[in-house]
Amino acid sequence: MTRGGSTMRLRALVRKEFLQILRDPSSIAIAFVMPIVLLLLFGYGVSLDAKNVPVALVIDQPSADTASFSSAFYATDYFKPITLRNMQHAEIALLAGEVDGIVHLRADFGRDLRHAGGAPVQVIVNGVNANTGRLVLGYVNGVWSTWLQHQAEMRGGTLDVPVQVEQRVWFNSELRSRNFLVPGLIAIIMTLIGALLTALVVAREWERGTFEALMVTPVSITELMLGKMIPYFVLGTGSMLLSVVMALYLFDVPLRGSFWVLWLGSSLFLLVALGMGMLISTVTKNQFLAAQVAIIVTFLPAFLLSGFIFEIASMPTVVQIITHIIPARYFVALLQTLFLAGDVWSVILPNALALLLMAIVFFVLVWRKSRKRLE
Amino acid sequence: MKTAMRDRDENNSTEAALELNAVSKTFTSGKRIIQALDGISARISLGCITGLIGSDGAGKTTLMRLAAGLLLTDSGQMKVLGRDVATEALAIQAMLGYMPQRFGLYEDLSVQENLDLYADLQGLPLAERPSRYAELMHMTGLATFTRRLAGQLSGGMKQKLGLACTLVRSPQLLLLDEPTVGVDPVSRRELWAIIERQVESTQMSVLLSTAYLDEAERCAEVLLLHEGKLLSQGPPAEFSNRLKGRTYSLSATGLTKRELQRRLSRAPGVLDALIQGEHVRLVMTNHEPPDVKHMLLGIEGVELSAVPPRFEDSFVEMLGINTPKYPVSDSHTSVKPITGGAAIEVQDLTRCFGKFVAVDSVSFNVGRGEVFGLLGANGAGKTTTFRMLCGLLPVSSGRASVAGVDLHQAAATARARIGYMSQRFSLYGQFSVIQNLRFFGSAYGLNGVHRQSRIDWALQEFGLASEVDSNSDALSLGYRQRLSMACALLHEPEILFLDEPTSGVDPLARREFWRRINTLAEQGVTVLVTTHFMEEAEYCDRLAIMAAGRILVLGSPAEIKTKAQTVSQPTPTLEDAFIRLIQPSTELQA
Repeated sequence: MTRGGSTMRLRALVRKEFLQILRDPSSIAIAFVMPIVLLLLFGYGVSLDAKNVPVALVIDQPSADTASFSSAFYATDYFKPITLRNMQHAEIALLAGEVDGIVHLRADFGRDLRHAGGAPVQVIVNGVNANTGRLVLGYVNGVWSTWLQHQAEMRGGTLDVPVQVEQRVWFNSELRSRNFLVPGLIAIIMTLIGALLTALVVAREWERGTFEALMVTPVSITELMLGKMIPYFVLGTGSMLLSVVMALYLFDVPLRGSFWVLWLGSSLFLLVALGMGMLISTVTKNQFLAAQVAIIVTFLPAFLLSGFIFEIASMPTVVQIITHIIPARYFVALLQTLFLAGDVWSVILPNALALLLMAIVFFVLVWRKSRKRLE
Repeated sequence: MKTAMRDRDENNSTEAALELNAVSKTFTSGKRIIQALDGISARISLGCITGLIGSDGAGKTTLMRLAAGLLLTDSGQMKVLGRDVATEALAIQAMLGYMPQRFGLYEDLSVQENLDLYADLQGLPLAERPSRYAELMHMTGLATFTRRLAGQLSGGMKQKLGLACTLVRSPQLLLLDEPTVGVDPVSRRELWAIIERQVESTQMSVLLSTAYLDEAERCAEVLLLHEGKLLSQGPPAEFSNRLKGRTYSLSATGLTKRELQRRLSRAPGVLDALIQGEHVRLVMTNHEPPDVKHMLLGIEGVELSAVPPRFEDSFVEMLGINTPKYPVSDSHTSVKPITGGAAIEVQDLTRCFGKFVAVDSVSFNVGRGEVFGLLGANGAGKTTTFRMLCGLLPVSSGRASVAGVDLHQAAATARARIGYMSQRFSLYGQFSVIQNLRFFGSAYGLNGVHRQSRIDWALQEFGLASEVDSNSDALSLGYRQRLSMACALLHEPEILFLDEPTSGVDPLARREFWRRINTLAEQGVTVLVTTHFMEEAEYCDRLAIMAAGRILVLGSPAEIKTKAQTVSQPTPTLEDAFIRLIQPSTELQA
């Protein structure tokens, strides 16, 4: 086959694929509508910060002290307190899920406060959601110590604490979970677009018998593969750009690394995802099966094991080892670093290298699995 | 024409388009090993059309795919245009055109875009394109549809576009896998005309597979395959000549055609007796003329005439049916005495899917004990009509009653009194024969002793006893068809709906199947059947030919043929009639 013929064939395949993308609303939907929906959903809907947590303040005997203490709860954003007079009512509210915690000030709160032993405050937290439970506990402590300091200053002294913690939060100084969720989400979106979309469109060609007709033309396997890769690489880059623009301008996530490194890293990951998609569809040759397999072996692991939401370091060792074969893990690390920290080469280079290796492995597999044969 | 060769290239000059030397191919599906091709040796000549004839499962598609280099042989050697497929697949693929069974048209691309794609892939130089495109579009009659999406073409037009794409760069060998299946008779003739013109003008070699036996007669040579084995090879005339002087047509006023057929098929010396309109076609086992007087003792108005043999006759002979494998008994069901009125009444029946009108105010009546055929190409509205009558699809407008029950009011009641057998045989593949029977029996509300007695009846009647514990998807097509029919008859329905019940089965299985239908009809069961085999339409008492959701013509086979009589064609076949009625003004130039 001449080189000119090869270019002509490849161009024809790519043009065909683009025409199909334009005419088939489902690929457009996956590439552009899905990122928007997912980003809005996760950007606004999912927040790992606890804000306006409903708590019950049970005050057995109101006094100036209890009023000043409870006003500290009313003043902060973290709590949405209701004041009750009766512990039983509070317990019912906790059981009913109306409040996530109870702060109980006993009748002798005012008196004990001025004694050497101090005033005990009972805090009951709903621990069903361990994460929220821990946060509520922490926040109550925070409110409590701030109030104590305030009280001390009012009395003209300082609170005598032997160790002072000076907190500095790096990279995400406001501790906004969105800043950390949105970059990770981009990895999930890319996984879906790269793997699911290619898996579906290649399997579709098997199902409709179009591949059988293509195979008996002078087209080569490499041309067929490139003919699929190029259009979906372009489409994937498009949705990557859309996601980045949304992250920067809608969610105000900072981009501290350079745009070009981000682009290169994403391209690498896109190649891996496309490779996975091609491999799945080459093996299954059936749209339904391809979709199932793509979701189970690419999307779910990327969601659960990439460190996008769930911290890898706190997983059991075995699971931590498994995360190393999840490509999204490296991309999440890359994205979080690039968005929040900057061009930290010591993080970027090993992760990029891992992605490159995976891309090579998948393409070798795809190339070996595809022959111009039906069996 | 057979020896005409294209020797552009001295080294490439070959004597055969395709050479098979003891070619075998097996597939494994689960635990089962399927012998798709079993030691086939054959030579396919250059410059002519060779037909690959056989039923489903004969090995036609496997042979095509082997020739196209899409599969590798297990043993044996295969040469295409003088090159070995095992080693030179790419070079061969550059010389051949291959149209798979469902041609790979991109349905969301337009006609022109599909053509462009294949022109690019085949490397057709840009300069040659305008003239080639014009030629192909003229040939296929698609010139006015170039901007239409391929998915919006009719079945026949799709096949023609597929053929145009395959022919975009004139190949040396053209492989066509069942190009005419599911296509209306008009498009079928046009496809044949296109292929014949190509062969004449470019000396192209063509290998075409088909399940339509009448198409065999249009080929220069025929390979007859059956269950992976090559039964015979030769010019089609040679096949039918073997039976010269042994084929007759017979009619008798004193008997119904079904009674006549039944008597004749049991008579000594008769190989095959087939209803054809008002006549019965006879094939004798030897050259002695049928002893009509003896066969039809005391029957009046017997007329016997000799007719020319057909390709199918020799196929039937080769498959060897002196006696049917499973004799069809006379006791199928015990249908209750027939009460008055028509079994099926349909008035202005319409069904729309969105804007698309699939069935357009169709009206007909079917009497009790009648065999009524619905004919038409894929997409004509047959299956939709069927599903409405079975109460599976709501009616958009119009009225339909089945077994005296209005479908609007009591579709479920009507359903209990009908049996339904679908194209794909709707069996549970993972269930054994007996489990399928038990399930369908219970689904129809049979239980206890009654169910058991019906199952025993079915096993015996359909010769399924030996396969009782086999999974139904491990059965051969013929057995599956029998099981499917047994399931539909368990509850002794008054009306039987059969949706393309014989597509893909061999002529013997088809005959056995129709013998059962005839017996049922004689016992008063009403049968509504769809088919795209014109041949089968002859077995019906009356038929309706559908096209684009409407009934074109309705009547007995003889009446329909009479309507299409012309001076040039005094005795048209049903297919001729169909073509004439669908386009009354234009004379066909096939």
